[in-house]
Amino acid sequence: MTASLDSMYQQIIIDHYKHPHHRGLPESFDAEVHHVNPTCGDEVTLRVRVQDNTITDLGWVGEGCSISQAATSVMSDLVVGTQVEQALALQQKFLDLVQSQGHAVLTDDDAELLDDAVAFEGVAKYPARVKCALLGWMAMKGAVADAAAKVGE
Amino acid sequence: MPIDVEAVRKEFPILSREVHGVPLVYLDSANSAQKPQVVIDAEADLYAHHYANVARAVHTLGSEATAAYEGARDAVAGFLNAPGRDEVVFTKNISEALNLLAYSFSNAATFPTAERFRIGPGDEIVVTEMEHHSNLVPWQLLAQRTGATFRWIPIDDEGRLVESAIDEVISDRTKVVSFVYQSNALGTINPVERIVARAREVGALSIVDAAQAAPHLPLDVQKVGADFVAFTGHKVYGPTGVGVLWGRYDLLAELPPFLGGGEMIETVAMTGSTYAAPPHRFEAGTPMIAQAAALGVAVEWLGNLGMENVREYEHELVSYALGELSGVPGLRIVGPTTSVSRGATISFTLDGIHPHDVAQLLDEQGIAVRAGHHCARPVCLRYGIPATTRASFGVYTTTDEIDALVRGLDRVRGVFAA
Repeated sequence: MTASLDSMYQQIIIDHYKHPHHRGLPESFDAEVHHVNPTCGDEVTLRVRVQDNTITDLGWVGEGCSISQAATSVMSDLVVGTQVEQALALQQKFLDLVQSQGHAVLTDDDAELLDDAVAFEGVAKYPARVKCALLGWMAMKGAVADAAAKVGE
Repeated sequence: MPIDVEAVRKEFPILSREVHGVPLVYLDSANSAQKPQVVIDAEADLYAHHYANVARAVHTLGSEATAAYEGARDAVAGFLNAPGRDEVVFTKNISEALNLLAYSFSNAATFPTAERFRIGPGDEIVVTEMEHHSNLVPWQLLAQRTGATFRWIPIDDEGRLVESAIDEVISDRTKVVSFVYQSNALGTINPVERIVARAREVGALSIVDAAQAAPHLPLDVQKVGADFVAFTGHKVYGPTGVGVLWGRYDLLAELPPFLGGGEMIETVAMTGSTYAAPPHRFEAGTPMIAQAAALGVAVEWLGNLGMENVREYEHELVSYALGELSGVPGLRIVGPTTSVSRGATISFTLDGIHPHDVAQLLDEQGIAVRAGHHCARPVCLRYGIPATTRASFGVYTTTDEIDALVRGLDRVRGVFAA
């Protein structure tokens, strides 16, 4: 098998796919969103609890390829317990990484912040799969925005 | 004469290329077939030497282009064993052919002498649960526009139509029965003549989606007996941008137009227009001239192989593939598991591995398959799966390529076993 493929299907991605983190929907939540990827049928339902501008809980259920499911699992690990701004900044960094078409230059600081999510760098070379990697991250962004809107009401 | 697959392969330049450093194994012909050199040349030749607009020019090039375009109509009529060449309408693809019918049927509501196509509340439109979206959504839309009821013949666990439902779902209320000859998602070959006979018995119009049948088996519209049969060019080794609607002449002659425009008229005045006879009534505007000409060459090329030979060869391929795939651990065929009444298109799932991952990992090994719901989402819903991986064969597919697929699937499983 060629090197490019090994770089996409990192062991860390396979591990998260087989043993996803934060899977399951918390009973207590401030917002719930449902995102789908109509071309491939991947879907995720995600709930967040936001207290004092911090994501105190997040859970999800979904169906889809290893990239979409593992990315959602990794995202959950990264954002639970963080401030909303921090989570959204991470989301932007992840977006930049996977939309870079393989030209991203990660600083050590970025790599440390993105942690396991760095494993998705290889996805950037597969335009058809970028939307898979983004599914859970976009759902989180949407849910956090909904939760914030609710606070503002 | 049996198919000499090595000789056939030599006619397809693309089959000698590499993907990711390994020889291409193209198993996505149900999605779109590759093109032999004669088809590529036919399109280029028309542009290089004979190009002008058709039907209206009096100059030499216009005559030559018209001869090529109309010659293709003769070739398609021959391919279908149609009683008349004027029964062959060129469309941009089969989706347009089926939409043409659905919209012409609703235009019949206000069109004199088109009573037999009128559909309204209380009438029923029947499809099957295994339709491609292109033979499903146009009829849902027609039902919505007219107030008719949309019904379907269900499929069983093996991916075949529930035989006993045919007589029940198609009833005296049915006005249109439109169904697929060979399923693109399951590979199932339906009992076409049986369904057409039932439609005729209740006085309904019958329409056959032959997109996946035309490339693989002898398609004789007189034997099929339906009122309309449609297929698309790019799946019969022809170009994209051209499809075919065949219809019984007496029906086409009464059918209202769908698209209005140039070349589909008889006379035009500000107070009203009259329309050309078939097939031109249904070919408004400048058509896909070069593509139609090349389609004519494609169906002649395919016909010269002998459709009975093609069917036999592909039947051997699917029998071989079903046997080999049954040995892959965790693999489940979605569709008939035997080669009886089954075409060379095989959908499957692999335990614990999503079809998109399967397809991606196969692509890295040069193997092109399709993953998804194959534009037949109700089929996936029926079996409670989000998607399948589909390997589909053509007349150039070899058993070596099926072996490559099986080896490829082992490697896919290896990545996920880690």
